Amino acid sequence: MSNTSTTVSATANETTAFAGLETRGAHAWFGKHHALRDISLTFPARTVTGIIGPSGCGKSTFIRLLNRMHEFIPGAAMAGSVLLHGNDIYEPTVDAAEVRLKVGMVFQKPNPFPAMTIRENVLSGIKLAHLKRPNHDDIVENCLTRAGLWKEVKDRLGASGGSLSGGQQQRLCIARSLAVEPEVLLMDEPCSALDPGSTLRIEETIKELAEKITVIIVTHNMQQASRVSDYCAFFLTDGGPGYLVEADSTRKIFTNPSDPRTADYVQGKFG
Amino acid sequence: MTVIYNREDKIFRGVVTGGALTSLIVLGLIGVFLFMRGAQIFGDKGIQFITGTNWTAGSGDGVIPDDFSIGAMLVGTIVVSLIALVIAVPLAIGGALYLEFYAPRRIRRTLVTLLDLAASIPSLIFGLWGIEIFTGFGERWAVLINNWLGFIPIFSVEFDNFGRSPFIAGCVLGSLIIPITTSVAREVYSRTPRDLVDTCYALGGNKWGALRAVVIPYGKSGVIGGAMLGLGRALGETVAVYLLLNLVFRYNFRILESEGGNVASLIATKFGEATEYELNALVAAGFVLFLLTLVVNMTATTIVQRSTPRA
Repeated sequence: MSNTSTTVSATANETTAFAGLETRGAHAWFGKHHALRDISLTFPARTVTGIIGPSGCGKSTFIRLLNRMHEFIPGAAMAGSVLLHGNDIYEPTVDAAEVRLKVGMVFQKPNPFPAMTIRENVLSGIKLAHLKRPNHDDIVENCLTRAGLWKEVKDRLGASGGSLSGGQQQRLCIARSLAVEPEVLLMDEPCSALDPGSTLRIEETIKELAEKITVIIVTHNMQQASRVSDYCAFFLTDGGPGYLVEADSTRKIFTNPSDPRTADYVQGKFG
Repeated sequence: MTVIYNREDKIFRGVVTGGALTSLIVLGLIGVFLFMRGAQIFGDKGIQFITGTNWTAGSGDGVIPDDFSIGAMLVGTIVVSLIALVIAVPLAIGGALYLEFYAPRRIRRTLVTLLDLAASIPSLIFGLWGIEIFTGFGERWAVLINNWLGFIPIFSVEFDNFGRSPFIAGCVLGSLIIPITTSVAREVYSRTPRDLVDTCYALGGNKWGALRAVVIPYGKSGVIGGAMLGLGRALGETVAVYLLLNLVFRYNFRILESEGGNVASLIATKFGEATEYELNALVAAGFVLFLLTLVVNMTATTIVQRSTPRA
């Protein structure tokens, strides 16, 4: 057993060397409500990290800290730092819009822009951020392919995004996020509104994406976390601010966690 | 499938159904009354009643015959209302976007209250403001428009008299309908799903980008509906137009020219001293206006309903 744990920590140390994203002592508040307490976590580049924990423990708040979406909520505040390639994204000189180009996000409910076609949806980020990119056709094909949707929609790119099924819409949203070439993709329970078949397709997509980018996924679904993630971070709240119980390789979290509360949660004893 | 109601439900159902039907019945009776009183005119004049431009009360002995038609007033109604829309809609959209997306919370609350207050100011007050204060500015603007754009027929004038024109009446009507139009537009914009706006930010867009990509297209049909509600009010506006425009019975498409009128102000002007037959003609004019506003309002309702987001 001691053998296993050494291997894991060795792997962890090794990957830390090319860490993509890291938080150090991150706190979050909504007005006077302290929502998150002292989260220090490292997300190795080109891996999938699952953020798990019961409702209300600050998982979504945490990932919204990672691309500065947190600050859109009136009264929101944070402390600590979030480092992308070692640079703090909360430095006063940093443009939040540029951060969000590098750290993309997919939301819980599939939400393609209703007034746009499939093609326009994929290209919307490029237009919104005023990026100069040639070969829009290639971008559309490339992003839809990576999101696993190309074959299904290649003959109807002019159709409205809303005409797709829920699972297809969510993959369109993933393609839309990929078009601005993010290095990190945040996913906030991307499958919670989808049927099992669509969920499986999205999970395959996530694994393929992790060959090139870092994926951080919030999920309520333990099986999903164990299927798609390389690492897992378990959050909890005792009524106060959410905190990190432990973070480790997914295999260790699910088979031999250090903290008994993690074991109870992943075995479905609460949550 | 039959729905079974218990006694309490039945009573309440009866009360609310009665309430709802009452307004329909009243509306129907108004329509029937207007049509019956006006029927004689429609019979006598036919389509001429809404295309002709004459409003002459006869001498009674047949030497000068009665001749009533409302073509000029209908054109005046539509021209003045369109000017009001052209002025009000952009300002209302800008105001609504400001209130919903830019204004600090405290300023927003104050402005929304003021806006609701403005919506309830009687149009007479707007008319007086138009005559006493606005006309001075409006005339100067009209001169400028005429100088620069006078080569376009609608901005040309026959006489160099810029007061009491459809343009000025339209501006005042525009101010009159800005509050209601802004209010509806704000309501529609506030229903934009938050996560669509968030998505724009998450894709590296700024606020303007989010407004253009999501909020404005999303609210488009709702805003059109709000504009139609404003249009409905402008079409039927009586007092303000009565105060601001000289009734001249001829087709006038030159909006800076000092002549015009609309159907509602025609009725208000002529009603007091009308003969029995002229009264029937005025009621017939009222029926035409009634139909026009009914159609506009029904269109507005349909558009607003269609724009209600599907959950």
